Amino acid sequence: MEKRLPTIEINEKYCKGCHICVEFCPTRVFEMKGFIATVKNQEACIECMQCELRCPDFAIKVLP
Amino acid sequence: MSFDYEKYIRPGKLPHIWCPGCGHGIVMKGLIRAMDALGMKKNNTAIVSGIGCASRLPGYIDCCTLHTTHGRAVAFATGIKMAKPEMQVLCVGGDGDGVAIGGNHFIHACRRNINITYLIMNNNIYGMTGGQFSPTTPTGAKASTTPYGNPDPPFDIAKLAIGAGATFVARGTAYHANQIEKLLVEAIRHKGFSVVEILDSCPTTYGRRNRFRSVVEMMNNLKEIAVSVQAAEHMSPEQMQGKVLTGVLYRDNRPEYVEEYQKVIEAAQDFAG
Ligand SMILES: Cc1ncc(C[n+]2csc(CCOP(=O)(O)OP(=O)(O)O)c2C)c(N)n1
Ligand code: SF4
Ligand code: SF4
Ligand code: SF4
Repeated sequence: MEKRLPTIEINEKYCKGCHICVEFCPTRVFEMKGFIATVKNQEACIECMQCELRCPDFAIKVLP
Repeated sequence: MSFDYEKYIRPGKLPHIWCPGCGHGIVMKGLIRAMDALGMKKNNTAIVSGIGCASRLPGYIDCCTLHTTHGRAVAFATGIKMAKPEMQVLCVGGDGDGVAIGGNHFIHACRRNINITYLIMNNNIYGMTGGQFSPTTPTGAKASTTPYGNPDPPFDIAKLAIGAGATFVARGTAYHANQIEKLLVEAIRHKGFSVVEILDSCPTTYGRRNRFRSVVEMMNNLKEIAVSVQAAEHMSPEQMQGKVLTGVLYRDNRPEYVEEYQKVIEAAQDFAG
C-alpha cells in the first residue's frame, strides 16, 4: 500500500528563517532556501509534530 | 494533531515582532495550548503585562488584555483580581520586568498568595532596550552594560518565589515546548499565587554576546542544562553543577488573598451594621 503523506505547510509570510525546524526535525525534512525554510523531504516525515510545536513564528502546520 | 493557534490570535497580528529564534513565540504557543486545554473563556481571562519584548505577548492574544507600565503588571493584575475574583488572571513578562523594576511587586504578590498565575520568560537580559544585564544575567556573562563580564551573582527566580511565599512554583525551558503547556495548566489550576519561570532565548542581545553562534545552540544548551526534579533525585551535587532543576518545584496550600480580604469586608460590614 502506498504511504499516505502528510501536508507540511510553511507560511512564508511568517517564517523568519531561524533554522529551528531544520535542526530539530528528526528526519531532516526541511532545508533553508535563502532566509526561508522549505520542505525538501516530505516523504521522510513521521508526523512527530516537533516542527509545528517548536516554530517560534507560527509558520508551520503539519496536516494529515 | 495540528493545533489551530490562530483562533486565539487577534486577526492580522501575525507575524509577531519578535526576532528570528526568539523563544517568546514558543512560550506564547505553550500558553495558548494551556488556555485551550483548560477551556478558558476569552471574556473571562485577563492577561496583564509590563514592558519589554516578553510583555508584548498580550497584544497578540484574543482575550481581555492589559499592557501596563514597566514592572507593574502584578499591581494591575491584583486590582483586576480583587475587583473581579471570578476572572482568571495571568501576568506575563520578562526577567527585567518581573524581578528588576518589578521585583517588589513580585515578592509581595507571592507573600499575599493572590490567585494569579505569573509566567516569567527569563532570557537573562533586557532584550527590548538592547541587552543591558538583568538580575538573572549569569555571573561572568556579557551584556551591553557588562562588556568585561557580569560581576553580580544572579537571582534564582524560582527560589525567590518560594522564599517569598508563592504556593506553586515551576520551571521549564523554551526547548521543552510540550512541558510549557503542562506546567501552565497546573499553575492556572492551582489556587494561590503560582509562578512559572521559562528559561528562554534572546539570540539577538544575549546569544551573540555570549558565544552562542545560533539560536539552535541556545536551544541545545537549554536541553543540556535542564534536569527534571525526578532525574535530580538520583544525581549527586557534583553532577548537578551547572544544571537547573525543571518541573514542578514547589506546591503548598495557604489561605488565598481575595478570600481573606472578603473576610475583612464582611467583618467591617458587620461592625458598621
Ligand atoms: C520605568 C521604565 N524604565 C525603563 C524602561 C526601559 N525598558 C523597556 S523594556 C526594559 C527591559 C525589558 O527586559 P525584560 O523585562 O527582561 O524583557 P525582554 O525584553 O528581555 O523580553 C526596559 C529597561 C521603561 N520602559 N520604563
Ligand atoms: S522554525 Fe519556523 S520560523 Fe524558524 S525557519 Fe522553521 S518555519 Fe521558519
Ligand atoms: S512532523 Fe516531525 S518528521 Fe514531520 S516535518 Fe515536522 S519535525 Fe519533521
Ligand atoms: S531582542 Fe531578544 S527578547 Fe527581544 S524580540 Fe529580539 S530575541 Fe526576543
